[in-house]
Amino acid sequence: MLEGLLIGLSTALSPINLMMVVGGCLIGTFIGMLPGLGPMSIIAIMIPVAITLGDPTAALILLAGVYYGAIFGGSTSSILLNAPGVAGTVATSFDGYPMAKRGEAGKALTIAAVASFAGGTIGAILLMIFAPALSSVALLFHSAEYFALMVVGLSAIAAFAGTGQVGKALMMTLLGLIMATVGEGALFNMPRFTMGMMDLQSGFSFITLAMAMFALPEAMFLVLKPRRADTPDDKGGDGKITGLRFSRAEGRAILPVIGRQSVQGFFIGVLPGAGATIASFLGYAVERNIASAEEQKEFGKGSVKGLAAPETANNAACTGSFVPLLTLGIPGSGTTAILLGALIALNVTPGPRLMVDAPEVFWAVIVSMYIGNLVLLILNLPLIPYIAKILSIPRAYLIPFILFFTLMGSYIGQNNSTELLILVGFGVCATILRFADYPLAPLLIGFILGRMLEDNFSRSMQLYDGISFVWERPMTLALLVLALLLVLLPSYRAKRARDRQRGVADGD
Amino acid sequence: MTILTLTRRILLGAGAAVALSLGAPAHAGSHQVVDSIHFLIPGGAGGGWDGTARGTGEALTEAGLVGTASYENMSGGGGGKAIGYLIENAESNHGTLMVNSTPIVIRSLTGVFPQSFRDLTLVAGTIGDYAAIVVPADAEMDSINDLIDAYRADPGGVAIGGGSVPGGMDHLVAAMVMEAAGEDPTGFKYIPYDAGGKAMAGLLSGEIQALSTGFSEAVDLANQGEVKILGVTAPERVDAMPDAPTMMEQGLETEFVNWRGFFAAPGLPEEQLAAYQDAITKMYETEAWEEVRARNGWVNIHNSGDDFRTFLEAQEKQIGDLMKKLGFL
Repeated sequence: MLEGLLIGLSTALSPINLMMVVGGCLIGTFIGMLPGLGPMSIIAIMIPVAITLGDPTAALILLAGVYYGAIFGGSTSSILLNAPGVAGTVATSFDGYPMAKRGEAGKALTIAAVASFAGGTIGAILLMIFAPALSSVALLFHSAEYFALMVVGLSAIAAFAGTGQVGKALMMTLLGLIMATVGEGALFNMPRFTMGMMDLQSGFSFITLAMAMFALPEAMFLVLKPRRADTPDDKGGDGKITGLRFSRAEGRAILPVIGRQSVQGFFIGVLPGAGATIASFLGYAVERNIASAEEQKEFGKGSVKGLAAPETANNAACTGSFVPLLTLGIPGSGTTAILLGALIALNVTPGPRLMVDAPEVFWAVIVSMYIGNLVLLILNLPLIPYIAKILSIPRAYLIPFILFFTLMGSYIGQNNSTELLILVGFGVCATILRFADYPLAPLLIGFILGRMLEDNFSRSMQLYDGISFVWERPMTLALLVLALLLVLLPSYRAKRARDRQRGVADGD
Repeated sequence: MTILTLTRRILLGAGAAVALSLGAPAHAGSHQVVDSIHFLIPGGAGGGWDGTARGTGEALTEAGLVGTASYENMSGGGGGKAIGYLIENAESNHGTLMVNSTPIVIRSLTGVFPQSFRDLTLVAGTIGDYAAIVVPADAEMDSINDLIDAYRADPGGVAIGGGSVPGGMDHLVAAMVMEAAGEDPTGFKYIPYDAGGKAMAGLLSGEIQALSTGFSEAVDLANQGEVKILGVTAPERVDAMPDAPTMMEQGLETEFVNWRGFFAAPGLPEEQLAAYQDAITKMYETEAWEEVRARNGWVNIHNSGDDFRTFLEAQEKQIGDLMKKLGFL
């Protein structure tokens, strides 16, 4: 293994390859900040460039840089504008955006960068040690377990139950699940609830819905309630956004979160079909549940733990998704599917024989991950103050800016102007819901998980001729029980805390 | 829409003008057949249609057969939106070629969109991929007949998966095999996955016993020693993997090609159609095409003009008959 690592290092550290990784990170970060372009489309754009390089190692290193850059760039728009460009960074906005609103944008971005770095690096170490052994783990999960895992993911909405909004959060989740049923399902050969409209054939697009639920109401809120205390004031200039560093106490708080979530996120990422989104929601839910009662109240209002958890988990999961890709040749996510295409175009076929036939490529991928992460951290930390300044743009300019990126984001992926109408329609509804104090995040969680939930459920039903898989498969049952606990635990603890009058109940 | 089209036209015109003034000397004395082609892609960036259009455009311009190529993604309605657009704006779209593939046949049969390939000008089918049925490498089955025997022994215990919806391509291929073996094509369990990769994970995890998939994907996995190819839907063994037996040689009359090709607006003038077909025919001889083809693992299956029509009509009948039996029509 050491030998392989050295081969990988010596190739990856050549000046040309270093240039590739720096270039890739920069391109990825800047394009990734645009809400409409996630890692998948950016990598798709960069593949022809990478292939013309001719050298598989250089190409892979460039793409790894772009990949990590895009993930980090995506977190940036979640934190600063509440405009998550990919499903994996939705959970990032739960606490990242409130922090930015408090004037701690710099700190939030630093925590995101550090958490991403740690998640990615620890993930790469786990990948290096366990990749061959883990290929069998990736195959332990059947559709029944994926279904149960999605249910566990849905329990993330319990995080919103603490604020006395249980009923509202559940209603929003159901609404999200219902919206996920629109369109031609993967398992049914007929369009549902499209009202005969061709543009609804493939359902609502995630990006349009995310923009309509988060970014658009944000801009509307700024217009409609111009003097709210918690919006960034329009002083211009540096304003309050100075603090780039987090305190030692905050560092101590996020350290165990990063440790736990890089491992948990990695293992979820290993499962083909789960990926960064589930990892980030689960990470958020788990960290909230094991936090002390005092810290729990902070979640959703700008908790450093709530920001670090999904950021670590989604990066670790991205790295984890390379396990089935490299060892089995199975792409577990859209992004790895595109990378698989690039690898095959470079005459590298991932699979069990990759480590035997082309060990240098295997190691180059792993080393490029370390380097991609490291370069990203080095490049971005100095840039953060400038990126964070976006928020100190006077409101009169900031609002059109958000609106522009929101509209562009939902148009760019599909080139379909109907998306804009859907966006504005839902944006108006979402704004009304926000005024009525309904949490919108559960809706988006329901929407993202709904399709996968249904697909896996109906697949299992077909395989078992009924729902007997729920009790016949021990792992499914265990996961469903876990989901139940995650939902019930917070309310039980809240009750116990009330019983004791003072909220010192420290259950863990 | 008019404004958009107008802008695009102007841009195109400008592009063509630049190409004429700058590009012409470079290709002086070469064999340029068409000035420019605008590719209409009915799906988003990064998909199979997108790759086909951009790869073909790249080869055509590299080889100097076409001056410039531009691309437009127009997703929606499972491809129906782009087809509708091309038909409605036929007059102004003589410079446009739309990429499409087997699903245009399936989706017009099921009525996802009202039009069919008959409403368009058929230019050429360019590439294709056969289908294959695979099982895990350690499975005890060695031929397609072993799989069918296993199914006969325990119909509920043999599930065949695929990366398409019921009634989609992977399902149809599995049903064709069952039918050719004299079994009820509606009888077996077909388990759909929303992507080929997930279906493959399902196969290796033991959730499904066999997988219906594209031949090129199957070859990659078979080379890695993960799966065995029980049968290919090609008329004879394919060079990419001569070890893989065809369905035909195992006594099953099953042939199927998932093609990709190009269409133009209805009412396209004859000479312009001939120029497009000429450019595509000449493309196969070029190194630029060979490079693009090899990079993507495509198989050349060239059907021009009337041959393309005969081919599509035969496929429409094959799929239509089967879908009626399956109860999808």
